[in-house]
Amino acid sequence: MAAAAPTLFAPPEVAAAQTDATEAVIDIAGLWTVFGKGAQATTVHQDLNLTVRRGEMLALVGGSGTGKTVLLRQILGLMQPTRGRVTSLGRPAAEMCGPGAASRVGMLFQHGALFSAFNVIDNIAFALREQGTLPAALVCDAAMVKLQMVGLQPEHAARMPADLSGGMIKRVALARALIMDPPLLLLDEPTAGLDPKGADEFCTLLQELHAALGLTMVMVTHDLDTLFALSSRVAVLADKKVIVTGTPHEVAHFDHPFVTEFFQGERGRRAMAPVLPAKER
Amino acid sequence: MPDHTPHITREDTPEGPCAVLHGRWGAAEMGVRAQWRALSRQLAGLPASADLGWDLRGLQWLDHVGAQLLWNHWGRAWPRRLALDEGQRDLIERAERYSSAPPPPQPWRLDEQIDRLGVLVLHGLGHAHQLVLLVGQLALDVLRLLRAPRRAPWRDVSGHLYSMGATALPITALVGFLIGVVLAYLMSLQLRQFGAESFIVNILGISLIRELGPMLAAILVAGRSGSAITAQIGVMRVTEELDAMSVMGIPHGFRLVLPRALALALAMPLIAVWTTLAALAGGMLAADVAMDVSPAYFAEALPRAVDTANLSLALSKSVVFGLLIALIGCHWGLRVKPNTQSLGAGTTASVVTSITMVIVVDALFAIVFKNVGI
Repeated sequence: MAAAAPTLFAPPEVAAAQTDATEAVIDIAGLWTVFGKGAQATTVHQDLNLTVRRGEMLALVGGSGTGKTVLLRQILGLMQPTRGRVTSLGRPAAEMCGPGAASRVGMLFQHGALFSAFNVIDNIAFALREQGTLPAALVCDAAMVKLQMVGLQPEHAARMPADLSGGMIKRVALARALIMDPPLLLLDEPTAGLDPKGADEFCTLLQELHAALGLTMVMVTHDLDTLFALSSRVAVLADKKVIVTGTPHEVAHFDHPFVTEFFQGERGRRAMAPVLPAKER
Repeated sequence: MPDHTPHITREDTPEGPCAVLHGRWGAAEMGVRAQWRALSRQLAGLPASADLGWDLRGLQWLDHVGAQLLWNHWGRAWPRRLALDEGQRDLIERAERYSSAPPPPQPWRLDEQIDRLGVLVLHGLGHAHQLVLLVGQLALDVLRLLRAPRRAPWRDVSGHLYSMGATALPITALVGFLIGVVLAYLMSLQLRQFGAESFIVNILGISLIRELGPMLAAILVAGRSGSAITAQIGVMRVTEELDAMSVMGIPHGFRLVLPRALALALAMPLIAVWTTLAALAGGMLAADVAMDVSPAYFAEALPRAVDTANLSLALSKSVVFGLLIALIGCHWGLRVKPNTQSLGAGTTASVVTSITMVIVVDALFAIVFKNVGI
């Protein structure tokens, strides 16, 4: 075997930082999604373009029915677009869910989608164990590391998903998504169904993991607090396409009825309001 | 094209021997069987010892699984000589910090097994108790229905009648017909030895009308509709629809159990008659082909061979079967816990219980009415 000179290869963590910042992890061009046929056809996406770069935390926002979750599913290759091209990690998205998908992409489903027949540790270890090569002890150790990285305790390992709280389900699902250290993580409503404290903790956890593992994250969210806490860039879906992308504060001042409604409404102003100094409260 | 396979080379440095790691040490690469075999062989040839150094700087990729593998190989301790970068150190430190054995499984203990047996018995009693409650509730619901027939869920009843009755007709006819053919052929071999071919009518008439027709229909419907009832109600539990109904003050018994029980109690005798007819047709055909017993003779001899009491017995039996299947299906459906495993287990249990109960009740009928119609 050819032993290459060590200097030729940047180690992984450094690689994430050094790689060309413009490298596209996900590239969507000219995407059309049409449901139904003939007179009942509804066009969800019309000539939609979007690029996600390495290391970004991109938030997808939009009204309900604008096809945010559909877009996530198309990035994953779970759904085929009617027309257009979706490239994930440099390959057509349709190949995403083939063998070894767990090492390419992780998905945090809105309700966790834990396998209810398995306990926590088996859920986390599932993808690794299914490969069938690694010894059980190593798989178990790796799963225990992920379990604790998402802030759970070793004694939670034997619990069944039915006995977990909403926040714990999200954490287990996150650990399961990350078991094979995929470079890309998709999140569907990561903080939906969590109480404000749990949501804040989960956001902090996601930020820590993003920093530690150099992940690229794409999330769908309705929650403005999550949006401002997590995203480095926001893409707004309206009028069947991405109308604007930019940092949360840039997007918030974009002139479009949906954006105004979303960011300048009562909830939006609350989320954007600067926190009052402690003595004034 | 750089070599991505994870591998190790042994190099001699001024400080002593050193294991230099190359390639991508990731979960996906180790998932390839050949690569994993080669790597574990190389690792086995390099046992962790004090004078062996480790150089990770040549790695293209290291993830948590690779770090864990190294950490476990090092005997969960840092080697004395180690060259690596910050990111790799973070990975291995996480393996160090979080590697803890999961709590060991509970050891086998006799008293626990006895406890489990007791729990099993209590569960059985619980089932009986709930079934009695369900029957009682059904009786009350029927009273309520009789008092105000216009307010009953008739649309549900007719929907279930269609899905559990009408759509069951093809399969019951096919199975009945084939059983009739098989029975007649088997009998013809025996009867011919005695020259008693014409008795095929008596044998088929009594056995099909009195026993096999209703029972075949009940077993098929138990498998078909019993499982469907449990799955429908069980999914409603999983998706919290049952709780939503409770919160609106709509009783499960009146809206879920009663329509299904009514529909099956009504459909079951009809399906039984239909199955019996199909089986008789099959028997008639086979008798004609195998023994030259003409259909005309068959049709003429049948009323003389079979007492009408058999028909009413079969019909009343079928009503009981229908009620049983619906009640057992609802019982297991309402007991499903909100997870998919429980849903599967409940559906299986429902089909097994209802088929067993159909056969048990059939035997009871046979004993109690042994003097009727024969």
